[in-house]
Amino acid sequence: MSIKSAFLALLSERPMHGYQLRQEFDSRTGGTWPLNIGQAYTTLQRLERDGLVQPLPAEGDAPETFALTDKGQAETEQWWHAPVQRDAPSRDELSIKLALAVTIPGVDVSEVIQIQRTETLKTLRSYTQLKRSAAAPHEAAGTDLAWLLVLDSLIFKAEAEVRWLDHVEGTVIQSAQRDTGAPAQRNAATPRTDLSAPTAASSTAGRQR
Amino acid sequence: MNPTTFRPVNTKVHGTPVLRINAASRYYRDGDAEIRALDEINLTVHAGEFVAVMGPSGSGKSTLLSLAGALDTPTRGEVVLAGANISALNATGRAAVRRRHAGFVFQDYNLVPALTAAENIALPLELDGMSVRQARRAARAALIDVDAVELTDRFPDQMSGGQRQRVAIARALVGERSLLLADEPTGALDTNTGETIMRVLRARIDAGAAGILVTHDARHAAWADRTVFLRDGRVTDETGTAAAPDDLLLRGTAR
Repeated sequence: MSIKSAFLALLSERPMHGYQLRQEFDSRTGGTWPLNIGQAYTTLQRLERDGLVQPLPAEGDAPETFALTDKGQAETEQWWHAPVQRDAPSRDELSIKLALAVTIPGVDVSEVIQIQRTETLKTLRSYTQLKRSAAAPHEAAGTDLAWLLVLDSLIFKAEAEVRWLDHVEGTVIQSAQRDTGAPAQRNAATPRTDLSAPTAASSTAGRQR
Repeated sequence: MNPTTFRPVNTKVHGTPVLRINAASRYYRDGDAEIRALDEINLTVHAGEFVAVMGPSGSGKSTLLSLAGALDTPTRGEVVLAGANISALNATGRAAVRRRHAGFVFQDYNLVPALTAAENIALPLELDGMSVRQARRAARAALIDVDAVELTDRFPDQMSGGQRQRVAIARALVGERSLLLADEPTGALDTNTGETIMRVLRARIDAGAAGILVTHDARHAAWADRTVFLRDGRVTDETGTAAAPDDLLLRGTAR
């Protein structure tokens, strides 16, 4: 994520010093990706070097305050109008892990999936608990609303991960059944026609309905 | 929201088991084949507890809901709803337990179109022998509990989907009913309305009901206290209590 672009957008509201920028960034994103003060000042130095921001005349002992230059203003406009690039997916450990799990012999894919799904659902529930403790979206405003929407983004991504895990599991089970005519993994689908259990008791009980 | 108007019988203290499913199986015969819709399921749901059930189609979710709501009896094992072993009851006895203790919420609301919200909610109480006046009073209290008292005299076709679902939730938990059984209750709603419905469900459960939610949607399951996974009629996994929310997201903020 480009902290640079976020800082330029914040400075288009009003001039700020490094500490304020860091604080605004954290509060509007709910502290989801906290910045340290060093990162904030390094980013400001680079923006100044590139001619996108300039320091305002110092007032006594106050910390140095920065404002957008015309070039910085133009860059901000461009950021709002351009999509965030999605064409080069970043390395994702889970995708890589599953890709290896389905190709390396002897790995219990169902177990890998189940363990991950449990973990992702736990995370999802924790996010949802945060949501429960917050105001309902239609009552929230300003930075609270911004934070809720960031939270929603995390919730939707976790949900997508669970759906993808379900999809991988279904696909792996289907392909194993196609290859061997039988379930391949522990916990995999049991054929509905399994008649190994006693049936006399169950069929009489079934008629009680 | 006024939780004090809600007084479920037998569940005045949070933590009383409302539903106990012990080693319950449900088999069907299909010609020569035996279909095991549920196989040795154990599930206990306490007052104030919300359990989500997830699993692929055909995994037994609906059968589980039918057993929990005394719509069906187990082939083996036992289902105890509000203290009553449903296998020991005849159909009439089961219907009585169901009417008094369990309420269903479905994706398509299932409201009677010719009745107002209050009449829809009062109907099961009147069927159970309550006077019309008492039933109306209870219906109004139930609508207050779901923040929808303004819908009292409206007909279903004068309500939005989210409003209908609120009424359906009020109906499910009117009177002394302590177990709410929801099958994809947000399926037909947009995400914001769906979330509002989850908030209402959660609030009713926090106020003392027990709830089971069948859903495909992990986002909605995340409103529950735990999630049970079914596959081929068996529980394949269960996620317990979540990590404290403070562990996530809160670093570096005063929130």
